[in-house]
Amino acid sequence: MPDLLLELFSEEIPARMQGKAAADLKALVTNGLVEAGLTYASAASFATPRRLCLVVDGLSGTSPTTTEERKGPRVDAPEAAIEGFLRGAGVSRDALETRADKKGEIYVARITHQGRNAADIIAELVPSVIRDFPWPKSMRWGAGSLRWVRPLHSILCILTDEAGASVVPFAVDHIASGDKTRGHRFMAPDAFAVSSFEDYEAKLKRAHVILRADERADAIWHEASQMAFAAGLELVEDRGLLAEVAGLVEWPVVLMGEIGADFLNLPPEVLQTSMKEHQKFFSVKNPKTGRIERFVTVANRITADEGATILAGNQKVLSARLSDAKFFWENDLRVAKSDITQWTKSLENVTFQAKLGSQAARIERIADLAAELAPIVGAEADQARQAAKIAKADLSSEMVYEFPELQGLMGRYYALEAGYAPEVAAVAQEHYQPLGPSDDVPNAPLSVAVALADKIDTLTGFWAIDEKPTGSKDPYALRRAALGVIRLVLDNGVRLNLSAPFVSRVAAFGADAPDATAADLLSFFHDRLKVHLRDEGMRHDVIDACLSMAGNDDLALVVARARAVQAVLSTEDGENLIQGYRRANNILSQAEAKDGVEYRFGADVKFAETDEERALFAALAAARNAANPALQSEDFATAMAALAALRGPIDAFFEKVQVNAESEIVRRNRLNLLHEIVETCGKVADLSRIEG
Amino acid sequence: MPKMEKPRSFQDIILRLQAYWAAKGCAVMQPYDMEVGAGTFHPATTLRSLGTRPWAAAYVQPSRRPTDGRYGENPNRLQHYYQYQVLIKPSPPDLQHLYLGSLAAIGIDMSLHDIRFVEDDWESPTLGAWGLGWEVWCDGMEVSQFTYFQQVGGHDCHPVSGELTYGLERLAMYVLGVDHVMEMPFNDPDAPIALKYGDVFRQTEEEYSRFNFDTANTDILLRQFEEAEAECQRILAAENIDPKTGKRIIMAHPAYDQCIKASHMFNLLDARGVISVTERQGYIGRVRALAKLCADAFVQTEAGGYDAGSAA
Repeated sequence: MPDLLLELFSEEIPARMQGKAAADLKALVTNGLVEAGLTYASAASFATPRRLCLVVDGLSGTSPTTTEERKGPRVDAPEAAIEGFLRGAGVSRDALETRADKKGEIYVARITHQGRNAADIIAELVPSVIRDFPWPKSMRWGAGSLRWVRPLHSILCILTDEAGASVVPFAVDHIASGDKTRGHRFMAPDAFAVSSFEDYEAKLKRAHVILRADERADAIWHEASQMAFAAGLELVEDRGLLAEVAGLVEWPVVLMGEIGADFLNLPPEVLQTSMKEHQKFFSVKNPKTGRIERFVTVANRITADEGATILAGNQKVLSARLSDAKFFWENDLRVAKSDITQWTKSLENVTFQAKLGSQAARIERIADLAAELAPIVGAEADQARQAAKIAKADLSSEMVYEFPELQGLMGRYYALEAGYAPEVAAVAQEHYQPLGPSDDVPNAPLSVAVALADKIDTLTGFWAIDEKPTGSKDPYALRRAALGVIRLVLDNGVRLNLSAPFVSRVAAFGADAPDATAADLLSFFHDRLKVHLRDEGMRHDVIDACLSMAGNDDLALVVARARAVQAVLSTEDGENLIQGYRRANNILSQAEAKDGVEYRFGADVKFAETDEERALFAALAAARNAANPALQSEDFATAMAALAALRGPIDAFFEKVQVNAESEIVRRNRLNLLHEIVETCGKVADLSRIEG
Repeated sequence: MPKMEKPRSFQDIILRLQAYWAAKGCAVMQPYDMEVGAGTFHPATTLRSLGTRPWAAAYVQPSRRPTDGRYGENPNRLQHYYQYQVLIKPSPPDLQHLYLGSLAAIGIDMSLHDIRFVEDDWESPTLGAWGLGWEVWCDGMEVSQFTYFQQVGGHDCHPVSGELTYGLERLAMYVLGVDHVMEMPFNDPDAPIALKYGDVFRQTEEEYSRFNFDTANTDILLRQFEEAEAECQRILAAENIDPKTGKRIIMAHPAYDQCIKASHMFNLLDARGVISVTERQGYIGRVRALAKLCADAFVQTEAGGYDAGSAA
């Protein structure tokens, strides 16, 4: 059972692509091997900045020989048909057998597929995997037409068994496979041959290349934490950055440096963002003060001066960057303290969207809507207006121009410096939230008011100009905005009928048919609500059943209904209630269709003939008496419990009572009674929507 | 790679790059005599990266980015600066190695520094061009852009050119250990008349910053943009056969000059702050349309790989 080792050695592969490329290489090659009839015990793949590597252990040496039986034409078929069959099957006429078949006597060809050597299969498979590799972006180089993520330089491909290693010979364009690779670009650039995966990994390590990305990441994290700890400091965790940095080096060397004293008073987020985005540095903070005091950089080599030159260079670059950041911060503070609203004013010159006007105009609209929503969420209208007006002021600041990801956070700092109350300043940061499904939802009333206004303005605006998300295209992140509204409403229990602001806003944007547009936006919300609730285990049919009820533009109400319905449906009573409801509904609608009338005139107990019938009349009355006041107070759980109590009487009714009685009066009365079941059961949700 | 003595001045670094790339077989060319935003605009790169003919050129290109002017006060930012540009077609297999050799030639000791190739895909919306490559970091500082051209002027590059762009001031400041660009020795610091970068350029940075931001007449700029655009289209609309000589002469280069001019006018208008975010895309699209026309024309010329024999 030989082992396969494959290495594709190239110029530097972007860090963000390495992990997926290694996984793709493994899947494509092993799938290809299996399709060709080979088996293997295990496989693993690896990536460094300059190489993709795959090892397949315990590969079968040959694929099995198989025979295929292929049915041909009848023996008395025209000669041309028989000839054609022979050509297709690749057999001679004397090798044909005959057999009786439904069609009569037919020819049968037995085709033998000879087993192939693993090496031959690999030599055919690997070039096609290379040519069709699913890089997110690939390129050509030189005069060739081969595509790879960056120029591909060499291919190592060997099979190793007890007898030793042998190269699997093939070529991709001008690159012939071999058994050689190279070590670290600077520390061990010479080529060397390898004879097995163990040999390969060990020799690479001697040549200053750590093959495994997780080993490089662990080494970086361990070394950096130790260094920070030894200085009485703490490394700030950043997994994304760690993975990226591990993809930029083959031989990580961790170095810790000082942040100049001039910069220590910058907000920690500014330091962290600048260092991460521009330099790919980790931040090191003082756990006592929370301040970021040092940085960690990861070099790709050992030097005679133990990294002193590298560290000095990095420190210099950082100083230049942070000088810029400090310059922005100080300039911004000056403006913020003198008059932060001038930033909002200057947004008149910034287009939000061609058809939706400037950012300044948008802020005016958001301020109006926030003031309108404020009482609903328990905030003060004037304060909401004030907060909305400065919430986006920082978009004009130099810091946010340089680091767009700091929008909102800088606004909060600047608003505080400008003397605004902390809860007003917080709106600058919190009104953007929640930014994604896992982001926190603000709960301060002012922030909730402006966050809702911001998102509703965006959604109604884009709906009014008919720029809705389609398929995977959602350039303005409207799905995220709608989900944001949903989470803000649900998490804070906000009772808001969305239709009114939808219609008025859409009309204000000048849409042709405001009502229809607003209704379409509401149904978009309903779709997003379903997706959101499905993630927390809510049945989609339950949500549909609740959305069919009046007041479905009040999402908190819809969800309260849905929770109550789902809770009852998961009980035995609930399940049986649905069965009874469905039976009643079916009989009723069939009878209505057949008779061409609606049985909705109210049943009368005086025509009841059996105890079960009379018991059902009483139970329905009791259920209504209990459910109606509960519905009034939106206590859907109590209402559903009252309905669930109908299960017994309904079951008994169907067991003992024949709806289609001889007497037409009795029959009609019973049909009207069925209608009362349907109507009463449908008080919380439209149960006809429930599947099962 | 042999260790080199440290360079002593800005021009020393330029001279070493010239000597290095000359020794590697490049035609050492001179800057293009027009205002351009980057070395890529030089026809020796833009046009020569098109078509099938092999090419190898290296040159310094003064470049102008009006919005980057800081009146000579910012230690790193200039509205006029130098790029060193290398273009080799087809890209040789050892281009990374050759590039590292050039760093050694200007005194960067590879055994002490950390050189990294960090993903950075290059795109020029005004030239309709893109390529894949890296920014090259030396101890965390970007010292060059390294690109394999995939498309220029809307044409697929076949063969592919390898392009190297060095930001000369930044690279030189690093190598020479200078913190403010204006303090950098331009010629040898021991020369009888030693000049610093500031002696040569501080005044012009001030003058152009004021001109670019506040004084340039936007009506004139706009008119010149439109004239250049019209002239470019007119030149390319001319018959391929010159009526005077009877020869097939396609005027790709004169037309491309007008494209360069339009691009620079756009940059100046941008610096004057009269182009809104929405208009911006429109202007960029118009320059790109010119660049595409010029590229279309160039591949119909002999230098662009047109073969009169086979086409006849």
